[in-house]
Amino acid sequence: MSKRVAITGMGIISSIGNSVEENLSALLKSKHGISRISNIHTRHKDEIMVGEITLSNEELIEQLNLPETNNYSRTAMLGVIAAKQAVVNANITNINDCKTGLISATSVGGMDMTEKYYYEYLEDNTNHKYIGGHHAGDSTHKIAEQLGITNFVTTISTACSSSANAIMLGARMIKSGKLDRVVVGGADCLSKFTINGFKTLMILSETYCKPFDRDRSGLNLGEAAAFLVLESEEIVVKQNKKVLAYIAGYGNANDAFHQTASSGDGEGATLAMQAAFKVSGLQPNQIDYINAHGTATLNNDLSESVAIQRVFGENIPDLSSTKAFTGHTLAAAAAIEAVYSVLALQNNTIFPNLNYNNAIEQTGIVPVTSIKKKNINHVLSNSFGFGGNCSTLIFSKKL
Amino acid sequence: MEALKLELKEKIIEQLNLEDISIEEIGDNDPLFGDGLGLDSIDALELIVMLDKDYGIKLTDPKEGKKIFESVAIMAAYITENRTK
Amino acid sequence: MNSCYINSVACVSAQNTLRNDHFLEEVVFYDENIISAINPVYKEYIPPAAARRMAKGVKIGVVASAMALKEAYITIPDAIITGTGMGCLQDSEKFVSSMITNDEQFLTPTSFIQSTHNTVGAQIALGLQCKAYNFSYVNGAVSFESCLIDAQLMFQEQEVKHILVGGVDEHGAHTNNLHKLIGHIKKEPVSTVQLLNSKTPGTIFGEGASFFLLSDKKEHGSYGKLVDVEIINTIKLENIIDRVLHFLNRNGISVEDIDAVILGNNGDVEFDNYYNKLQDGLFKNTQQLAYKHLFGEYNTVSATGFWVGAKILKSQTVPNVLKINNKRSNSYKNILLYNQYRGENHSFVLLQSC
Repeated sequence: MSKRVAITGMGIISSIGNSVEENLSALLKSKHGISRISNIHTRHKDEIMVGEITLSNEELIEQLNLPETNNYSRTAMLGVIAAKQAVVNANITNINDCKTGLISATSVGGMDMTEKYYYEYLEDNTNHKYIGGHHAGDSTHKIAEQLGITNFVTTISTACSSSANAIMLGARMIKSGKLDRVVVGGADCLSKFTINGFKTLMILSETYCKPFDRDRSGLNLGEAAAFLVLESEEIVVKQNKKVLAYIAGYGNANDAFHQTASSGDGEGATLAMQAAFKVSGLQPNQIDYINAHGTATLNNDLSESVAIQRVFGENIPDLSSTKAFTGHTLAAAAAIEAVYSVLALQNNTIFPNLNYNNAIEQTGIVPVTSIKKKNINHVLSNSFGFGGNCSTLIFSKKL
Repeated sequence: MEALKLELKEKIIEQLNLEDISIEEIGDNDPLFGDGLGLDSIDALELIVMLDKDYGIKLTDPKEGKKIFESVAIMAAYITENRTK
Repeated sequence: MNSCYINSVACVSAQNTLRNDHFLEEVVFYDENIISAINPVYKEYIPPAAARRMAKGVKIGVVASAMALKEAYITIPDAIITGTGMGCLQDSEKFVSSMITNDEQFLTPTSFIQSTHNTVGAQIALGLQCKAYNFSYVNGAVSFESCLIDAQLMFQEQEVKHILVGGVDEHGAHTNNLHKLIGHIKKEPVSTVQLLNSKTPGTIFGEGASFFLLSDKKEHGSYGKLVDVEIINTIKLENIIDRVLHFLNRNGISVEDIDAVILGNNGDVEFDNYYNKLQDGLFKNTQQLAYKHLFGEYNTVSATGFWVGAKILKSQTVPNVLKINNKRSNSYKNILLYNQYRGENHSFVLLQSC
């Protein structure tokens, strides 16, 4: 069970870029992707800011060369783009030359089409093709089909921690020898459903979100997809693969406090981080950078700060939330932050926590606010979701 | 004011699905949150929407709700003073 | 590989499955295409304050999980792994419809919060105050089987002793209407007895929740052993026999060792051919069973198939209503489950008596 799990490929599409290179370039320039919404007509358009991918559905269809009869949701299209990039990046010529699986994550699924045609379906059969695409497994199946993966294919949905859990399951499948290679990640598009849902919780910021700031006023929603290719040590050796980083640790725990809110003592988050340390065999003082969940809601940032203090004590490593760049991309968030964590390792760079001014009084944690270069060996990334779902991943340069 | 209090109790029970509770069980001055009726932060958000929809009162900060929703009597007084419909 | 014992079972369904001392003796016959789960007495399991926000799927999930824990004498499991194909449909529909009808105004958070796919797993954890590992799988007809694979993995990692796994799906009225429009639900009403031979496209839709307590140790009340699970996204019809043989081979058993095969036939003439191919070929001389005519089709009904398998292993009896051929076994040691929905999301599950 001590087998190493290598990351050999990455792909991403987010509001700060349509490839890994574009995302890195934006991160290094502190160039965020938060704007007013343009692709969705919502009555809240002047009250919210979002991390939107500017490509329209028509442009995505064209890019993917999909036939006119396709029934891809936006989630599926974003997912296919990112997953294909990851496979290319991993230099895979034959996806089925070993036991290959796909584990994807989504929370929105095909809701973008469902909300568009909800009542129209009853009157008119023009868009009936989308009915079967509503369920959360649909985008995963389309990614599997596009990649040619036919065997182990599954989907995880644990709200905003979903893709952390997809990555975690993938790592476990590799370690156990059940799979040799697995494409893992997540995709979520913006939808009126989530915009209105978060609006009812009164946790959407009317301006740029300010993670870990004393005066933070809520989150910006975003849309994105990101995938990693994980491969076993045997495949890495046999196929002479370039390893981008390793998955050193992972942990999942439940806060069991409230359906949506995080506990004041950050119990679930603390347990998740502790579990990840146990799997990795690393100590907290070996972490060089924390890519925090940091959604910029009053509740999350305080609870996460408390948990980080419980785990790291006085010696809190450099920390930032990259959500001010991309918005909170829900089920995709952990996957895009996994890409950013690997980029941090590769470039020995900490990406800044934008829009921060003053520390949260109760905890006094000060994030890194401008590009910081230093040797980085281990990165810890947190992701938390509704239903108390708390997940932590640890990425390492070498193991 | 008495009619408004009764109306509020009915609405609280209906809106928050408090099927096991009758109007008589909610005293005008009973605390709605915590030890009283046991409502929580999600209920507070539900009540904020009710203020907006039924009485034309818009709250932008959920924290404001805390004071207003202390009891039915306080809610009724606030609504009487601020209602636009 | 560490063993994985099924130490308790619990099923809420359209049949009388709430009591484990019964096994489909009193069958409920339906003649409609949408059949609903029989409501348990919720108050016995869920405090009213918690139940007030729960739609039916969440409630039956919580009840089934509580029943499974109780039968196994476990208060807090070491992991909770839940599968659901369509998630919390009722609250999703409620939120979308009021969003559209009210033009994005006056929306309240409850249905949005409750619509999240992991609501059942989360509510079980909240009710038990269980801070352990908590995953939710949402991959169509293999949502439940994904839970089983995860559980197997956990036992292999030797991290846990007791895992609560389950599958749950609920009806959504609007979603059902849409599935009628696209022919996934049969156009004409079909009765329980006719379904499997109906020879028309589509099927009947059901809902339900089945939960199990899996443990690394055998107990007095154990139902059987979960030996192996495989999920396969797509299989060409001509390859189905090879895939079954491959699965049996990797477990070192032959077709003759299988005492009963539990198939997912749902009466859809367009997709039952996967099952028919095995019925007429590989498993011609094996006792064949089916269950979806009693429970309806839904993404996690295969968890009810798993319930059927576990019940047979423990009771060593097969209710007549499940039998679809005239082969009989004297005893039941190895049971194979095969399921797929609309030609996708195939799963094989091997159960063994213990």
